[in-house]
Amino acid sequence: MSAAPASEGVPARAQALGPRLPGRAVAVVVPALSVAASLGLWQLVSRTGTISERDLPAMSTTVQALWDLVQTGAFWSALGYTVRGWAAGLGVAAALAIPIGVVLGSSSFAAAAFRVPIEFLRPIPSAALIPLLFLTLGTNLKSEVFLASFGAFWPLLIQTMYGVRDVDPITTDTARSFGLGGLERLVRVTLPSAVPYIVTGIRISSTVALILAFTAELFMGTPGLGHLLNYAETFGLNDQIYAIALATGFLGVAIHFAVVGLERRILRWHPSQRKGTA
Amino acid sequence: MSPRVYRTAKIAAEIAVPVLMVLGWQLYTVARDDQKFPRPTTILVEFRHLWLFSEFDRHLVPSLERIGLGYGIAVLAGVGLGIPLGLSRIGRAAVMPHIEYWRAIPPPALLPISIILLHSIGNLQKVSFIAFFCIFPVLLNTIDGVRGIEPTLIDTARSFRVPAHERIRRIVFPAALPQIFAGMRTSLALAVIMMVLSEYFASTSGVGYVLLISKNTFEFKPMWAAILLIGVLGYLLNLLFLLVERRVLAWHRGWRAAAAQ
Repeated sequence: MSAAPASEGVPARAQALGPRLPGRAVAVVVPALSVAASLGLWQLVSRTGTISERDLPAMSTTVQALWDLVQTGAFWSALGYTVRGWAAGLGVAAALAIPIGVVLGSSSFAAAAFRVPIEFLRPIPSAALIPLLFLTLGTNLKSEVFLASFGAFWPLLIQTMYGVRDVDPITTDTARSFGLGGLERLVRVTLPSAVPYIVTGIRISSTVALILAFTAELFMGTPGLGHLLNYAETFGLNDQIYAIALATGFLGVAIHFAVVGLERRILRWHPSQRKGTA
Repeated sequence: MSPRVYRTAKIAAEIAVPVLMVLGWQLYTVARDDQKFPRPTTILVEFRHLWLFSEFDRHLVPSLERIGLGYGIAVLAGVGLGIPLGLSRIGRAAVMPHIEYWRAIPPPALLPISIILLHSIGNLQKVSFIAFFCIFPVLLNTIDGVRGIEPTLIDTARSFRVPAHERIRRIVFPAALPQIFAGMRTSLALAVIMMVLSEYFASTSGVGYVLLISKNTFEFKPMWAAILLIGVLGYLLNLLFLLVERRVLAWHRGWRAAAAQ
């Protein structure tokens, strides 16, 4: 691979430019210190009363509240509901967006026909639909999944369209001259080469689906972490408000890393994941 | 089919499909006659009545003000923090865990906290909320843009003894600008969403507030008109952004075109 020598050259150069610290120390110690320092600062700001403990419960208080929370069944079922809303929303979005994206990506006629509706529907923030869903579909899983899949649909659709359109024409022509039929070309050439785009689309849509599942719970009252937060807010339980927000952040991080891990697995064969081409 | 006929058919479809969709929607709502799904023509009349211009000052202007301020602060902060972080490996290692956490958290989870911490349900809280979440796309793109600069450029400037602030102003910032703009575009769409979310929660004015009130009073016409407004707003802001981008990055596109030849 011609890329190998260039990529070997890059780290050496970066070290020569930056301060001389071993790579591993920067990659592990600095982030750890930085997280520890900010947790310490949080504790200090609250305990010294710079921001009153009522407004900003100390780090230790919040962690204690989170610890108490994770020992309740209500917390785990709420977490389960949120994950269910996320998964169902993402699943519905993928089931619709990928086939439609393949059609719109492979036919310039279809793409032209639906260009204007897509351009007008896409910028509507899903959050604006919450009141409407509240009054039409009601406070239930259907609303939550509709909202999450509506939001997750667009990035995935656009990514799939680009991916299908970006197939190397020489590959398609080669397949054609080898006598591969339309369907076989789709399965063996077009889809595999669109996969990296689709996977990126899934990563973006996954974040959107989680945000909207949580938002539906917070504003519509469907069961889940968002609803738990709404409850804590109504009763002014500040420790719990902070604990639930902290837990929601961890859920977001966990889902993000799960999807990135899945992406690496699926794309193991793809040049972008090869070692050395960072 | 000859290419000319095909092209004409394509243009015809591009016009016909949206027209048919709106027409189908109109016919469907007429047949259904349900106040939850008013006719598109009714929504348009309500839209004109509400936003041109009886509620314009009271609800649209505050929303635009919050978007403008929040977005402006986010862009300044994102670029201001992103350039030094793009240049410093240790700085990046220190802030990355924080960035990863805050951008993975669903934003509404911080709405109650923003009210508690800032003691505000007014512009202070709404603008801060919008600014906080709009920072991340700008910040991450600025960092990436700065890291992607050809090291020879910086080395050359250094060997000519160009002082650091001049290096940043004349080399680093312009070179990262195309990617900064990519982040700014993502943030702009985000700003509209964050505006709506922040106005759902403890507010007294704004487009999100209109949506909330029409939900509480079961009024579907203003609700649809507000949804339409938010869609149009997102569309127009994006359009405006592309115009500005084309102007500011004209040098970049010219350079790219020349390089491609």
